Amino acid sequence: MSKRLWAFIGGGLLVALVLAGVVCNYASSHPDGLDSSLLKGCTVDADDNIVGGSCPAQQAKDHELADSPLADYGVRGVENGFLSTGLSGVLGVLLTFAIGGGAFWLLRRRSSGATAETDGEPGGDATVDGATPTPAGRS
Amino acid sequence: METLAMHISNGIINGPVAAIFAALALATLTACVLRGRRDLDDRLAPMAGLVAAFIFAVQMLNFPIFTAGVSGHLLGGALAAMLVGPWVGALCVSVVLVVQALVFGDGGVAMLGLNITNMALIGTAAGYLLIALLLRVLPRTSAGLAVTAFVSALMSVVVASQGFILEYWLGGTTDLGSNLAGLAGTMAGAHLFIGIGEGLITATTVVTVAKVRPDLVYALRGLRPAAAPTVAAVGGVR
Repeated sequence: MSKRLWAFIGGGLLVALVLAGVVCNYASSHPDGLDSSLLKGCTVDADDNIVGGSCPAQQAKDHELADSPLADYGVRGVENGFLSTGLSGVLGVLLTFAIGGGAFWLLRRRSSGATAETDGEPGGDATVDGATPTPAGRS
Repeated sequence: METLAMHISNGIINGPVAAIFAALALATLTACVLRGRRDLDDRLAPMAGLVAAFIFAVQMLNFPIFTAGVSGHLLGGALAAMLVGPWVGALCVSVVLVVQALVFGDGGVAMLGLNITNMALIGTAAGYLLIALLLRVLPRTSAGLAVTAFVSALMSVVVASQGFILEYWLGGTTDLGSNLAGLAGTMAGAHLFIGIGEGLITATTVVTVAKVRPDLVYALRGLRPAAAPTVAAVGGVR
């Protein structure tokens, strides 16, 4: 892998870290298109809590992992809201890059073609992808 | 409201329908892994990691839309399809949604299949179909690339929002009766405006990458063989 490519990846990551770490604190806190559509029929107070009416959003239940240390884009224990949101964003970007980049790196086609481990991927080509030829690098 | 939820929450769609879509999503993602491996080389793999991280970051940036009380955020399907192709792109958005559900409590874990179906699969597929079409008919210029990115991103968001309507029709926990059409209209209207934001972000990002490293834009790479008659397909983007 070339140095130029890594410079580009590093630069892009830096942009993502600034967006998630700083800029996100200026994001709108209103419900998004989906949530607001589901709130139709209900009346909400200034904090967007349901105070009356009936709407699909009332069926919403708690998240399974609502107690996660990073739940709701904040770091538990960090009192400063600006810092808490920014820190959770930075951790999220790094975590997503580590998981995504790591998985894609393991899954990639080896250019040599000699080493073709399957990385724990079930070899179900024939069932799902049968119509298309297998790439040369595989098996 | 303290909770910053952006995706389908638990309880909105019933369990059986959510499970069916989880199975569907898993099968489709497996196909994406198998087909996507052909695209994934030493150059695309780190780029795909970056695309996932970038989408995670930009999804946090809710922007206000037409009315004061409603916001929207990037979904990222068209952006990912443009930069790393539809198969790996769908996987990028899925990685983001899995991290959001499992670590940030955003989008119910039981609803993950639904959220992946709408944003990662439908959004990316709709975006890529339009990208493939528009890149063939529009001029090979920066402007052509920007228009392609804008239009495909906008439409992908609207189509993805209707994926939710299909799911709600099948398993919504509130019986809306004939009001489902109303919900569909509300969703489409809001996401038309969100799509404008999505289009602007996607066009800006793609044109920037194409200026710096045109070889890292999958949609342009894929175009070269198809556009054999006129040479220098990439040069026009600078």
